[in-house]
Formats: sequence, structure tokens, C-alpha cells
Amino acid sequence: MANSGIINKERLFMKLLHSYFFVAILFSHSLLSNAYEREVIEAFTKVGAGGVGNESAARIAPSVKKLSLSSILPLLNAMNTANALGDNWIRASLSQILDQTDEVAFPRGAIKDFAMNRKNEGSSRRAAFELLLEHNSEFASSMVPEFLNDPEPSLRREAVARLLKKANSSKNNQQSRSLYEEVLANGTDVSQIKEASSALKGMGQNIDLVALMGFLVDWEIVGPFDNSGRAGFQKSYPPEKKNLESYYHGKNGIVRWTSFSSKDPMGMVDVNQLYGEIKEVLAFAKTNFYSSTSRKVQLRIGSKNAWKIWLNGDLLFARDEYHRGSTRIDQFIVGGELKKGKNEILVKVCQNEQTQSWTKQWEFCLRITDQTGTPIPSIPH
Amino acid sequence: MKVTSTSLFFFLFASFSLHADWLGFRGNMGNGSSPHSTPPKLTQTSKKSWSQDLPGRGLSSPILVDGSVFLTSSSGPMQETLHILSFDSNNGNVNWEKKFKATGRTICHVKTCVAASTLASDGKVILAQFSSNDVFCLDLSGNLIWLRGLTFDHPNAANGLGMSSSPVIAEGVGIIQVENDAYSFTCGLNLQTGTSLWKKNRPRGANWTSPIVVKSKGRELVVLQSKEGVSVIEPRTGENIWSYEKGASTIPSSAWSDLGLILIPSDGMTALKIPGDGDEPERIWSDNKLKPGTGSPAIVGEKVYVVNNANVLTCASLKGGEIHWRLRLKGPFSSSPVATNDHLFVFSESGLGQIVRLGESTGEVIETIDLEDTILSTPALSEDAVFIRSDKKLWKLGR
Repeated sequence: MANSGIINKERLFMKLLHSYFFVAILFSHSLLSNAYEREVIEAFTKVGAGGVGNESAARIAPSVKKLSLSSILPLLNAMNTANALGDNWIRASLSQILDQTDEVAFPRGAIKDFAMNRKNEGSSRRAAFELLLEHNSEFASSMVPEFLNDPEPSLRREAVARLLKKANSSKNNQQSRSLYEEVLANGTDVSQIKEASSALKGMGQNIDLVALMGFLVDWEIVGPFDNSGRAGFQKSYPPEKKNLESYYHGKNGIVRWTSFSSKDPMGMVDVNQLYGEIKEVLAFAKTNFYSSTSRKVQLRIGSKNAWKIWLNGDLLFARDEYHRGSTRIDQFIVGGELKKGKNEILVKVCQNEQTQSWTKQWEFCLRITDQTGTPIPSIPH
Repeated sequence: MKVTSTSLFFFLFASFSLHADWLGFRGNMGNGSSPHSTPPKLTQTSKKSWSQDLPGRGLSSPILVDGSVFLTSSSGPMQETLHILSFDSNNGNVNWEKKFKATGRTICHVKTCVAASTLASDGKVILAQFSSNDVFCLDLSGNLIWLRGLTFDHPNAANGLGMSSSPVIAEGVGIIQVENDAYSFTCGLNLQTGTSLWKKNRPRGANWTSPIVVKSKGRELVVLQSKEGVSVIEPRTGENIWSYEKGASTIPSSAWSDLGLILIPSDGMTALKIPGDGDEPERIWSDNKLKPGTGSPAIVGEKVYVVNNANVLTCASLKGGEIHWRLRLKGPFSSSPVATNDHLFVFSESGLGQIVRLGESTGEVIETIDLEDTILSTPALSEDAVFIRSDKKLWKLGR
């Protein structure tokens, strides 16, 4: 009996020893894994423009092999602070982790919570939703109706697409009409808005897309100025100065600001209507936009001509390209900051020397939205 | 001795593997020639044939590396999701698929799309470029080695109609051509890290051509083509070695031959003798009758093959430009022709694959395959099959 007691103690000791080593190994593995996770996140969130941080990211990338499913949420959280390049590094890591690990422990609930939490960045929430889609499309699909007024445009689009599908297949005209109206009330995607408004038009209901989408249609325009050899794009003309004059020396003599209101159903400002279809010219269009508060916005411009845009005298973006495709709504999305009250918007729109029939357009369209693509109207003043 | 034998074995194995591969746009030479004797009898129903559905859209061409087929596509409402895919070339099973988000502009003409550029490989990594000017380097297992966002870096680097230049790899450097009206440049990226080794301003103007790699006096040089002509550069530094400044097409690309000639779509077609160090290139011939349509010329041996905008295939002498024969095909074509010693393979935009027997004095269509889908890509040839893709499908057409 005494011997068996000693043996039992030895066994107990050995078991404890094994447990200790097991826990120690798990603990050290967890520490190592956390260390790799921190290194990976630090490297990927520091990648910047011009290849900055790329070398560190490339060096640390093989460590992703040592990460497990427990790193998914920390990586998604890191995506909140990453730029678009870091975002892609993290996407690749998430994909690799899923490829290399057992799916049993997939943290579905936590990822759903992350995707539904609107405090997270839209891009990382979209990435979380896509992880769920790949893992269990039925589960992910059940989340879609909740995206109807989501601040992330790509998620909102999913919910609106579902409404459109239902509206298109409904045999009940009243139900279809009501669904299309719901699309217009919630949609921010141009193609979805066009589809719903077109369907409603077919049912006899005209939609004012200019008002719905927030196109700026009332402008003061001056021109034409010389753009021979496309040189006018780079040349600084007097209207580009902060103190605007009432008249200037244009290409063919004195030119003055003229009021112009676009009657186009999609808010296109057709400069040819003022000056005829002339070539190698440019014009300036200005308008005032009144904001109830200072805020960051998106200026969404479409033009097949070369153009520049200023907000309150600051050049926001310039694009020197002519007639590569047609003018499209929201063709270029430029960030800007409105101040409270009056804001001056100035657009320079240039026409080149090409004579083909598809190069006669001299035009642009512009609207101001928040980050979700929802139009912001100018307030009465 | 043992080490030497082992090294020799691996050298021969590696050589054989690369020989069996199709490493970039228009093959390993970038001139549409195939080292294989791909059989001219092709079918969708043989045991070696398969097809696979693809996500989204794409007109990039497949490449073949180490038993796998690699391809890109783009999906989403704005084609903002970029796909890089790997398939088992034997059975078409998906080895892996990696998805990224475009960081540059994705607006394109409806005929093209964001996945227009063909991948390039050195047999160890694959290099993907998209119309959004996102560039990715992955190993053959799909692990990301590095990425760059060149429109993220330079927001005006974009073409309203879409970009389509395919990257090349020369002397261990990835050459990325980003040429357009607004902000035009080409850069050399370190293949290990993705960092920029050099960046050259390039002529401003939309340019859909792809660079080619030529071998001259034991070294690799890169030919950049634009509306102004061609610049031949040293890939590690971007240094200009020589230029041809009499203009060139901005759609079909140049082709070269190891006989020391470059064919440039300029003044119809112009043949230049690749010069020695410090010398200027010598124009050998030009012929307006050899002006290519959208597709680039193919060179096999001492012959050049060109498909023009009237869908006529012309066979001419590489050295003198003399036309040997002409053959009207069923077009129109966006695809470039590729050829073995005996046969030429080309696909029309409506999906009609045509195989032409290449004779000395005549060419003859001996086989057609109607894939009944829009095909704008260029086929890849292996020893036993042709690989071709539409927006929706990737096919292996076996014997």
C-alpha cells in the first residue's frame, strides 16, 4: 500500500508536470502568436503611398502563417485604422488565416457583431461581411435587410438590391410602386436610383432626379477663354484668382458672367448651350453653396473634358484628360470641407481641338454628398 | 561530382519546367510564339478538356506556371473587387483565389474591364496589374509577397476608358507601364519587396500597349512603346539605351525575334535591327500593308503573322517584309494570334477559335471551335492544349 501511495504521488506529480508543460507551451504559443499578430498589424497599418512601409510589410508577411482564427477580430479592428493599401494587406492575411485553419472555431458571432457595428469603418465592416459570406452565405444573407440605411454604401447597396429585385418581380403594381419609392428613399447607388426612377416613370410617376440626387444646376458662367493646344488648362486665368471680376478679356473679346440653369434631367451643365460647339476653349462656372455647419463632404463631378475644381478658393483636384469615354455621374469623387454658411465653388471646364462627333461635348455635372453618397442640399439663405 | 550531377539535374528540370510554361502576355518571348507543338485538333469534349466558371469579368489572358493556370478577373457593381485565381491545369480545379479591393479608379469603357492586363511570372512568383493600377506580387501558392497602389500614389494616373498594359519581368525587376493622358509613367519595382527602383515620366497619351523583354548580347532590355515610338531601357535602372522616335501605335504591341529584330507597329509595320552598345537601331523595312488591327503581331522563326482590321491574316518574311500569303478569317478580333511552328491559333470576338495551318505559300483554316461567348483575350499554348478565357469562363481545349 505504501508503495502504491508513492506510485500514485509520482503519477500525480508527472500529471501535474505534463499539465504544467502543456499550459506553459500553450501560454508561450499564445504569447508568440500575439507577438506575431502585433508585428503584422503594426507593419500593415504603416504602409503608405509611394511604397512606404512596403518592405517591412513584405518582410513580416510570412508571419501570417503563424496566426490563427483568434487574430481575425484584431485584424478587422486594425483595418479601421489602415489606409486602402493596408486594408488590402489585411484582406490577404484574413484570407490566408481562413485557408490555413480549421473552420470549426470560426468566430461567426463576433464577426457579425463587428460587421453590424456602425462605429467601425465601412471598408472593414464590408470585409467582415464578405468573410461571413464566404463562410456561410445563408447566415450572411440574413443580415442584409438591416443594411438598408447603412452608412457603408456597398452594404446599403446589398439591401437596396433586394428591394429592387422584389419590386421587379412583384405582380402587384401598388406593391412595386411602394418598393421602388423605398429604393429611392434609401438608395445612394446611381444605377439603382436610375433603375427605380425609370420603373416609376413607366408607371406614370415622374421623379425629379435633380432634386433627389442633389445636382447643382444654377451657375454663373464666363467664357470662352483660349485653350489652343490644350495650354489653357495649365494657364492661370483671372477667374481663378480669389477676387472675381465682373468681366474679363476672353478669347474673342470682353466676356461676362452669365446666369445659366441646367434643365437637364440629370443636372448636366452643357456649356455648348451658351457658346455653341466651339473648340480649343475653356469656361469657368461658379456657384454658391450654403451649409448649416462646417463639415467634410464629397464633391462628385462628372466630365469628359479636362477640368479643375476649387472650393472657397482652394484647388481640390485637376484632371487633364479629354473625351476618354462619356461623362458619367460621380465619375470623380473629391473630398472637401464646407464651412458654415456660404461656400464658393468654381469649376474650370476645357474643350480641346478634336473634331470627331464624339468630342463635341463641353459639359460637367456636380453634386455634393456626405461620405455615404447621400446628397446634401444647399440650405435656403 | 555528386553536387554537380544534382545541380545539373535541377538545372535541366527547371529548364524543362520553364519550357513547359507560358509566362506572360503572348508567351515566354512576348511575341506570340510557342515552344510547343500544340496539337491542331482541339475539342471541348476530350478527356483533357475542361471549363471553369469565372467570377466577374475579365479579358486578361491566362498564363501557365508549373502545372497551374493563373488568371485575373474583376467583380462588383464598380468592378472594385480584384480576383487572382489559380487552377490545376490537369482538371480545372481551383487551387486558390485571392480577392483584393481596388484602390484606384475602376471606370472603364464597356468593352473592356478592370481585369485587362495579363499576369507575368518568372516561374517563382506571379505579378498582377489591374486597370486601377493596383499591382500584386504573389507566390505560386497564393501568398501575398507585396502590393502597390499606383493610382493611390498618383491620383491622376488613370484612363477614362481603362488601362490594359501587361507587366513584364526582366532582370528580377517588375516593369509596370501606367501611361495615359493625365499622368503618364513607367516604373521598375523590386520583385522581392515591391519598392520602386526607378520611375520615368512617359509621353502623355492613352496607351494600351504592353512592354516586351528582348535579349541582346546576353542581357535583358525592355521595350516601351508609345505614340512617340519606342524607348529601350535597362530594367534595373530605367536608363534609356536607345530610342526609335517615329511614332507607334498605342494599341497593338511590338514583337521581337532572337534573330536580332524588333517589329514595331509604326508606319504600318517597321522592322528594326537591335543595335549593339552605343549604336543606333537600323531600320530594315517598313510596310503599311502589315499594319496590325487590335491584336499584336506573332513571330515564329523567320515569319511574321499579322491580323489586320479587315480580319485578314498576313504571313510575311521577318527579314525583308515580303508578303508570302494572305488569308481572310472570321472576325472581328481583339485577341492577338499565337503560333507554333506549324499552326496559328486566334479567337474572334464572337468566340470562334480558328486554327490555321502555316504553309510556305498558303495558309489554311483547318479547325474551328465556336465557344459562343465574347472573347477578347489571347490564348496560352501548352504541349497538349489551348487555354482561353471569356468574361464568364476559362477553357482548356485539349486534344
